[in-house]
Order: sequence, then C-alpha cells, then structure tokens
Amino acid sequence: MSTIQPIAGSNEPHPDVALVESVRNGDVSAYDQLVRKYERQVFRIAQHITQNREDAEDVTQDAFLKAYEKLDQFQGNSKFYTWLVRIAVNESLMRLRKRRTGKMVSIDEDVETEEGSVPRDLADWAPDPEQNYTQSELAEILRKTVQGLPHGFRVVFVLRDVEGLSTEETAETLGLSVPAVKSRLLRARLQLRERLTRYFRRRRGQEPSQGDGVEK
Amino acid sequence: MTCTEFLKVLDDLIDDNVAAEMRAEVEQHMHKCGHCEVVFNTTRKTIEIYRSHEIYELPTDLRERLHNAIMERCKRGC
Repeated sequence: MSTIQPIAGSNEPHPDVALVESVRNGDVSAYDQLVRKYERQVFRIAQHITQNREDAEDVTQDAFLKAYEKLDQFQGNSKFYTWLVRIAVNESLMRLRKRRTGKMVSIDEDVETEEGSVPRDLADWAPDPEQNYTQSELAEILRKTVQGLPHGFRVVFVLRDVEGLSTEETAETLGLSVPAVKSRLLRARLQLRERLTRYFRRRRGQEPSQGDGVEK
Repeated sequence: MTCTEFLKVLDDLIDDNVAAEMRAEVEQHMHKCGHCEVVFNTTRKTIEIYRSHEIYELPTDLRERLHNAIMERCKRGC
C-alpha cells in the first residue's frame, strides 16, 4: 500500500496557472482577471489583520502590485492564491508595525495565553441564534469577537476557517508548522465559541441584557 | 473516551477528518456527556456563522476604485 497520496487535482492544472503564464508573457489583462478574482479576499484578510479600513485598502493595492512585480519569482509549486495571501499577510503585518511604532508585531504575539483552551461556558445556544439580531448587529458582534482574539490565533482562524485554506496552506502562508496551526486553530475556535455564547445562549427571557460588552 | 480526549479530536471531528471507528467513539461519548455535545455543536456553529456572514464587505464603489488604481499602476510598470 502506497503511503504517498497524489495531490488533489494534480492532473488538471489550476486555471490560475494559465493566467499567470499569460501575465508573464506581457498580457496585463490576464492580471486584471486575477485581481478581480481575489481582491475581495485580500481586502478581507488585510482588514482582519490590520483592523483598519484605510490600511486594508493600502495593503490590497500594495499586495497586488508586489505580486505583479515579483511574478517571476513565483515558482508555481504552490497555488497563486496561497502565494498572494502570503504577500498580503506580510504587507498587513508591516502596516501594523508602522502604526505601532517601536512595537514588534508578529504572528507569534500573544499566543502564550491559556485563555479559552478549556471550555468553561457550557450553556447551549438558542436555535438559529443569529436570527435574534439584525444583519448589522450580528456583523458588529462577529467583528468585535474575532478582533478580541490574540493576533496569532486570529490570522490562523481567518485563513483556515473563513478563507478556506487547508491546514498545510495556512502553515505555508504563515511560516508555521502544521502542529502549530492545528493548536492555534483549536484555541481560536474555542475562544470564539466561548465569547459568542454570551450573545447566543438560550435564554428564558429571550433578549440578551443591554450593555453586553465584548471581552477584549 | 474522556472529555480531554474528546477536545483533542474536536477539530478533526469538525473538519470531518476522523475514521469511522473514532467517530463512533466520539458519538458514544457525546451521547453520555451533554457538555461535550454542546461544545461540539456550538463550535461547529461558530465556524458556520463566520463563514456565512461577510463582516468586512468591500463595497462595489471602493472595489472599483481599488481595482482601477491597481491596474493603472501595473500598466505603468508600478
């Protein structure tokens, strides 16, 4: 029995491969398609990391420009998207460093915390708990809750669970080991679950109490 | 299976990455342990909610502005 698994879809080249090749041959419109395809994701990731709209706009521009400039260095042994995300993550971290001058910012920051590694609040949630909030209230709750995660957990959660990268791709993008990604992912998920329980728990009196803040 | 052992496989369970035997063991544990069942269901729901709600939308006008700025600079050779 072979233990070597074929890479999924390795027989069919990813559609980005042809686009990247066209860009390398001088076809700028092919890059237009790549930008169109991934600009929303890059913006979202940048906003998650920098937590600032203007920074996210700048990062989105800079990441695509850097990718364009460096396209010759793209080896093609990873997906174009993963490579692009790696550039976007690095640009976002640089942006954060500029803002917090003098303070080191890295994805290893704050991950020593033990908070949330063991579930404490075991209250069940209401059925379809998001129905109790308007779209904008819910978005605010979700934003504040994910922003409260330690930086190194948040990035892993966003790439892996929100953007749908695999564990291996997340590890490669962040320069972390696979076990490190797994351990951060579990703790990120548990901490988010714990914090969302404050809003989504099954309540007798329905409405959550006013002034329910979000833990930082 | 203990609750600690359950937590160790929680991620793989959520990602549907466990063998049938392990899944049966986990299900048996959750059947007896209401707390772990709640943790499993609410963690899964947490991910589902984050996946299905766009919390940082890129409005169309901003998207167009960004897109044009990027392409303009690419065409100029950055």
